[in-house]
Amino acid sequence: MKRYVLRRSAQSLVVLVIVTIVVFAILHFLPGSPARAILGIKASPGAIRAFNAANGYNRSLPVQYVLYLDHLVHGQLGFSYHLDQSVGSLLTLDLPKSALLVGLSYLIALIIAVPMGLAQALRRNRPLDHGFTAFSFVGYSMPVFWLGMLLIIVFSVKLHLFPAEGPQGASVGNVLQNPSGLVLPVATLTIVTVAQFSRFMRSAAIDTMLQDYIRTAQAKGVPRRSVIIRHVLRNSLLPIVTLVGLSLPGVLSGAVVVEALFNYPGMGWLFWTAASAHDYPVLMGFTVVVGAATVIGNLVADLAYAAMDPRIRYGSR
Amino acid sequence: MSFRNVLEPGSGLFDTAPAPPSPPGDRAPKGQGAWRRAIVSFTRNKVGVVGLAIIIVMVLFSFLGPVLYHTNQISTNLFRVNLKPGGAYPLGTDEVGYDVLGRLMVAGQASLEVGLAAAAIAGIIGTLWGAVAGFVGGWVDSAMMRIVDGFLAIPPLLLVLLLAAIVTPSVGMLIIVLGCISWLITARLVRGEVLVLRTLDYVLAAKVFGERAWRIVLRHLVRNVIGTVAVQATFEVANAILLLAALSFLGLGPPPPAANWGGMLTDGLNYIFDGYWWEIYPAGVCIVLTVVAFNLVGDALRDALEVRLQDR
Repeated sequence: MKRYVLRRSAQSLVVLVIVTIVVFAILHFLPGSPARAILGIKASPGAIRAFNAANGYNRSLPVQYVLYLDHLVHGQLGFSYHLDQSVGSLLTLDLPKSALLVGLSYLIALIIAVPMGLAQALRRNRPLDHGFTAFSFVGYSMPVFWLGMLLIIVFSVKLHLFPAEGPQGASVGNVLQNPSGLVLPVATLTIVTVAQFSRFMRSAAIDTMLQDYIRTAQAKGVPRRSVIIRHVLRNSLLPIVTLVGLSLPGVLSGAVVVEALFNYPGMGWLFWTAASAHDYPVLMGFTVVVGAATVIGNLVADLAYAAMDPRIRYGSR
Repeated sequence: MSFRNVLEPGSGLFDTAPAPPSPPGDRAPKGQGAWRRAIVSFTRNKVGVVGLAIIIVMVLFSFLGPVLYHTNQISTNLFRVNLKPGGAYPLGTDEVGYDVLGRLMVAGQASLEVGLAAAAIAGIIGTLWGAVAGFVGGWVDSAMMRIVDGFLAIPPLLLVLLLAAIVTPSVGMLIIVLGCISWLITARLVRGEVLVLRTLDYVLAAKVFGERAWRIVLRHLVRNVIGTVAVQATFEVANAILLLAALSFLGLGPPPPAANWGGMLTDGLNYIFDGYWWEIYPAGVCIVLTVVAFNLVGDALRDALEVRLQDR
């Protein structure tokens, strides 16, 4: 186990470094320079040289990268000249709100998708399975913002049940004061997520049901109910942990769209406005943070998986 | 959005039996016969055929439609905005007076072109990347695959938004941008297959006979992973169409007078409260139908080619 943890952690570290290289490279290839962006178009060449020297922009690329890494490690994600705030402070303000949106959607999606996928696997190729399958196919074939629009039309415009705009406010507390505003954004993200997760769960459960130990359990005369709960469900949940980790980037993509649609003041909304305003430091900072979160999330999921299932540790590779 | 592709076997739509985990040695021989069998097997899959039919209808609608149904999709007409369907406008007009039915056709061209071309680019990059990584092995393999992991950790939409903020979002540019971020899963799948293929006798024989490495990769390895690549490419078409829609919604799609289905939907967003349904539903239905169709065909293709999609 120790070796597995070490190897897997080393791998993640490498991936993390690659994420920073990708972001650094994009940052470098951007048109214009930070000096121009800050000092303005009228700045003299001398002033620009001085700025570049002061900030290390005149050094060689590898040195600049190391400087960039050094800043990152110390939590300095960059400075948004557009919003006149450090990216770090912007993120500390907005990240919790996105975490709330995504976390709630994930949780509800899992609560719905796990039983749904399991039921599909147990009733394979029956009407129930086909119905849920059709639902998930349409679910992830829908543009997320269109799904949101449809929910707005039905629940805000026609039925007047929930507001069409997400809750506003600077902090999570403000957002939570207006729970009815959260309903439609969370529902939108939940529906697309359920569509994915229930497929994962269905195929995981189908794979599990073909295993020898299930047949053994049935042959021993274990009641169907406990075969399903103790053997099928428990063993199918393991791969789900990894897949749920892997799907985080996809769900975050959805969150950007949902936040833009419902005007929800989270990280995704910040990213979107930054993209429209060509506010690169924010884009970069956000991308690095999300990339790091994904890498670490996957690492944790894999380690948890290995801790729960010895076959992973001693198995392949 | 895009992560349905890490689905494991048994995830086919109406599959009757999961593909048995066949040992690498005894795959069905690939050749003329194998392809014919695959075609027969595909045509027996009703759902796949329906998907294919929808795609054909959509392609005809978008590319042949404008030939039969002439509309002006370049200049706006502000005297005829937001007209109800009927009379000269079967699906009404939009906020600047474009005929919605005609616009759906033109928009479909862009959406389909971007989807198909981006998937093709992604297929080529992913195949070569995965084949080289798997064939060379060692630290080169590790390095190449960690790069893939690194890109996979960044949400696709963020990457596209970043790139689209840098380049001018013309259709051609978006094809390249989407193609350049959609090859990751393909690369993983191909590498996995190549790791197995390179130990097979005929590849060893080619090596022993002194065949050049790039020839082995192209002739023996790439040929044998085409099935996997085709299946994955089908899913990538669907993903690219959705990503293009999301980009347009976020304001970074191709600017007017260019049109795509996602852009039309975004314009319709302004009329949610006015009940102009013809500006909200038709384009959405087109996207959903097309994306579902590509996913159905991908699933059917996977079953027909007996490809096992595994991401590691």
